[in-house]
Order: sequence, then C-alpha cells, then structure tokens
Amino acid sequence: MEITLSPLTPTIGKTFIKSLYELEDGERIKTCLQCGTCSGVCPFGYIMKFPPGKMIGALRADIFDQVMKSDSVWMCVSCNACSAFCPSNIPITAALMTRAKEELLLAGNIPAELQTALENTQRYGNPLGESPRKRADWILGLQPEVNVLAKTRQPVDVLWFVGDYASYHPRMQSAGKALARILNALGVKFGILGPEEFSDGDTQRLAGERGLFEMMAQKNGQILRRYKFNEIITTDPHAYNALKNEYPALGLSYPVRHYTQFLAERLEQIKPLLKNEMKVKITYHDPCYLGRVNSIFDEPRTLLNVIPGVELVEMSHQRLNSLCCGGGGGGMWLDGFQWEKAHTRLSEWRVREAVAANADILAVACPYEPPRFEDAIKTLQTASHLKIREIAELLAESMGL
Amino acid sequence: MKIAVPVKFVPDLVEELTIAPGGSALDTTWLRLIISEFDDHAVEQAILLKEHVGGQVTVLTIEAEGSDDFLFTAAAKGADQLIKFTGDFSNSNNHALAHVYADLLKLVQPDLILTGVQAHNDLDGPVGPLLAEYLGLPYVGYVAGITVSADHVVVRKEYAGGLIAEMELKLPAVLGIQAAEQPPRYVAYSKIRQVMGTAKIEERAVASLDTGGTVEVSRMFLPEVAERATMLEGAADQIADRLVSIFRELGTL
Repeated sequence: MEITLSPLTPTIGKTFIKSLYELEDGERIKTCLQCGTCSGVCPFGYIMKFPPGKMIGALRADIFDQVMKSDSVWMCVSCNACSAFCPSNIPITAALMTRAKEELLLAGNIPAELQTALENTQRYGNPLGESPRKRADWILGLQPEVNVLAKTRQPVDVLWFVGDYASYHPRMQSAGKALARILNALGVKFGILGPEEFSDGDTQRLAGERGLFEMMAQKNGQILRRYKFNEIITTDPHAYNALKNEYPALGLSYPVRHYTQFLAERLEQIKPLLKNEMKVKITYHDPCYLGRVNSIFDEPRTLLNVIPGVELVEMSHQRLNSLCCGGGGGGMWLDGFQWEKAHTRLSEWRVREAVAANADILAVACPYEPPRFEDAIKTLQTASHLKIREIAELLAESMGL
Repeated sequence: MKIAVPVKFVPDLVEELTIAPGGSALDTTWLRLIISEFDDHAVEQAILLKEHVGGQVTVLTIEAEGSDDFLFTAAAKGADQLIKFTGDFSNSNNHALAHVYADLLKLVQPDLILTGVQAHNDLDGPVGPLLAEYLGLPYVGYVAGITVSADHVVVRKEYAGGLIAEMELKLPAVLGIQAAEQPPRYVAYSKIRQVMGTAKIEERAVASLDTGGTVEVSRMFLPEVAERATMLEGAADQIADRLVSIFRELGTL
C-alpha cells in the first residue's frame, strides 16, 4: 500500500485531532504500542485499508486524512473487541472510531444506507422508518393485556424499555411476546411506554450521530419522568448500554438491567415453571453490548442451563472474545455497503461456528441477532438444521407459555 | 445567482391513510405531513448549484407540521433565506399555492426557480407549471441535471424510453426537478440544532387564498377488488404452455 506523506487537509484539522485526545482516556491513544492486537482481533481488520492499529499509526504520521478518505471507518461494527484486548487500554471504539465516524458524518460523507436509518430515527424515532403510533402493535392479542403507561398511568415495579427491533421487527415481536408471558407468569407488575418510547439512540451514536443520540435521550427522558417505576429492564443490550452508561451523563439516571439479569435473579421462581424438557444442544452468542462491553456473561448461560434437557456447548469465540453479529455501530444499516467490501457477513461466520460446535440451537439475547443469523442460515447449506432462538423464547417454550 | 425553491408538504405514507366521513377527502386526524420527495431533490439541486457557481438559495414553504424543522435542515445544508407563509391553508390547493409563491417571487425576482416535478398528492397539476404561468416564465419539467452559464442554463430533461434531451433556457426560468445530481445529503443533527439557534425564518402572513381553477373531488376511495387473478397451477412446462396459449388468445403473441 502506498502512503504519501502530506500535510493534513483542513477538513481533518488540528481541532479534530485535539478533540480525540480530549475524550475520556483519549490521551491513551498516544501510548499505543503498535502491537497490532486490535487489528488482529477486529472482525473486519483484514479488509480495512486502515485497521485500528494502522489508524493510530496514521495519526502519528499526521496523515489521518488518508484514513478518512478510505472506507475503513465504515467497516467498524463498534464491537469493542479492539478495546477489550488492547494492552494499553486505549478506548479505540469509544474514542477513536466513534469520533472518526462523527467527523465523517459532520462532513456529510456517509453511506446512503446509513443515511436512511438516521433520517428515519430523526423523523419517526426509530431506524426502521415505522410509524411511531404502531410501536406497541406487537402487544395486540396478548392476554393479559400489556400495561401501556400512557393509557393506564398506573405506577409499576418494572418499566420495560422494549426498544426498536423488538417493537417493530416481525421476527423479534415473538421474542417480545415470550418475555411478556414470562413476566406475567412470574407475577411481575410491569409496563411499557408504547408509542411514547423513542429509539435508545445508542447504535446511532456509535455510527457517529451523537446529536441524534442526544435528541433521542432527551425525548426518552421527558417521557420517563412522567411515570412511576422502580427500575427499568431492556430487551436490547444497546438500550441497556445507553441507559446504564450514556444517559446518566445527560442527567438521566435510572436503575437498569437487561432482562437476562432480571430473570436470572428469579431463578428459584422460574425453575419449577420449566415443565417441558428440551433435548437440545444449545450454544450461546454473547452480544457485544451485553458481554464484552458490560460484562454480563453468566446470567444468560445460567438461564439456558436450567432448562431441563439442555446441553450448553461453547463456540470458539465466546465471552470476552465473542464475535460480533455484524449489526453494531451502524452495521445493521450498512449491510449492502459492508457486503460490497467484504463479500461475507459476520453473521455467516458466527453461524458456521455454531455448526462447528454441533449445536442444534444458537441462542441469543439481542434483537439484532435473530434476523441476521436467520438470513445467514439461508445462505449456508451446512447450517440448514440450525435454529436461532431468543433466550426468552426458549424459556417460554419450556414453561409451556 | 439567485435561486428560489418553493416546496410543499404531502401526506406521509408511513401512516395509514383513511378517508374522511364526507367521502371526498383524507381524514387529517392522524395524518402526518412530510416534505414532497421531489421538492427535497429540488432543494439539494439548488444547494449543489450554489456550491458549483455561487449564489443565494431561498427556500419557501407554507406553514405545516414539521415545516420549521424542514427549513432549518435546509439552512444547515446551505440555504441562505428561509420563508414561511402563515395563515389558514386548510382549503389550499396547488393553484392557491402557486399564487402565494408567485406573489412573493415577483418581488424576489430569482434567476432560477426549482421545484419538485410532481408530488404524490398532485390532483390539479403540479406547482411548477402553474407558477411559471403566473410569473410568465419558461418551464421545463423532468429535469435531472443543470449546467449554468451567464444568462442561460442547459438542462437535461428525461423522456420515456430512456431518452434524455439537453435544452437551453434563457433565465429567469422555472424547472421541475425529477432528481438532483446527487441524492439529498445527510446533515448531522448537531448541525441542525446549531442552525436552529442562529437561522431566522421569515414569516409572511397570507390573508386569503385564490383557489380557483382546481378540480373538485367527487369521491375518494381505497382501491377496490375488481376481478380475481387466476393462478396457474401445475409443472413449470404446463404453466408455460398455458401462458403461451393465453397470450395467443389475447392476441399479444
């Protein structure tokens, strides 16, 4: 690869470089050892002209404009693997990658697919471009009726932040229904925001749209302040990450847990309800923003292990070293773009690993995953027997709900 | 170069459309409005021209839900002047709209007026040709590409069958934009927010509307099932044979 040394262009000015170092732990970027671990662990590192390590190298050489002219940054799925394994603890995803995406986005230089998702978020409050009025349509027919707080105004113990994909994606609505049935079976007094809920905005933030993220947080904050509840649970690890790690800095602090944590705490109550035996081998995919970023590795496995008959097996990439499904950091909305560059999907790699682990079921706990993995199965003959199930769906099935 | 872009808002098809009890109009209770897609392209084309040859871009709209956000977004993209007409537009139509815009544009005297070539709720002709008529200016529609010279423009007009014509027009002129030279750009929300604090929307009150010349809607209804389709069944060969004989019977083969 040719690198011609040239001074920084005005668009990638000193202000941008300075802003990088001013981010939390941004100064650590200067301590990079150039060991290349980040580029090696990066799922798309092999395809990037500037994988993370080289990006930092370009920063040192004062040729960062070349990084910004390449497609490298848009191949980043914000899976945080680079940061998790960096011996210098450089916040590569949180600082370098996200800030670089922000800069590209400010310059109006973004792939068209991503633009649509961001415009949809701005206009409809969800990246899918669905009507906000239909956000709670997935609860139609559920008995007992799900408590939509705007309608009932009743205080609840648990506010369930359902999230975009569980609310709208046809495949994910069944997982949402399964969780609603489980919560009812456990006698949990819960409610949802329904049409008043906005996208958590976290993936938009990691795709470089910080302003939009703040707008979403602000809107969710206005709604959350209206209702009485003791804690929030989320279906989506990205929503969990936003509420736990990002919203507090914007003045929104609520106790929040992912539903797998919430259920794992009620294990003794759940166990006797798991009536149906399921003689299956299950492997579990750690979602990046549940596992690697927020260290929730055990609760999902605990829940799967108590289902009678289940044998839990592990894939080669697991826990801290889990392999991204490809949906994070805007990847969910860059499918065509990334396919053009890589001619493969991360979801296909993951499904191959599940097949290699001899699993019958690939269990997941993030609403980005079932549609991605199920699409991957369609393209891989060897995976045709593999089923993708949300943990909530498996629990509900064993409970006979 | 002074470029004006008069736009309009149309029903957002993300929401389901329902007919009002009278049976001749849409029920507006849950209707959301969105910028007409072609007008969005006209704004983008105007800003591209400004970037290529310099000039000033004025965007005009009537007051509607979301019109301020739209105007601020246009400013964040590069529009210089934002004008919003206020008043009662509940009985508005494209004729009335064209009159409102024409009255102001007579004073502004832009070199070029760009507007979307059509909108999905055009019932009585698109705004562009009406505007050109009221202003006594030449009009070319279905434009996808503009080259500007001193006192004229060369436009590329799309025809059916993949034909493209290049036409020269003396300025001032009105153009109906089919597509901008590049898709409407994305502008980061932080930029829009910044513009909200600095840009000014000029409001112009409209006292009365000239709605004459429009068509009257006698009945509005959802598509009705007319005749059921026939499904051909069997092996692929049999279906193909059957298709060929049907086409023969119909005289298309």
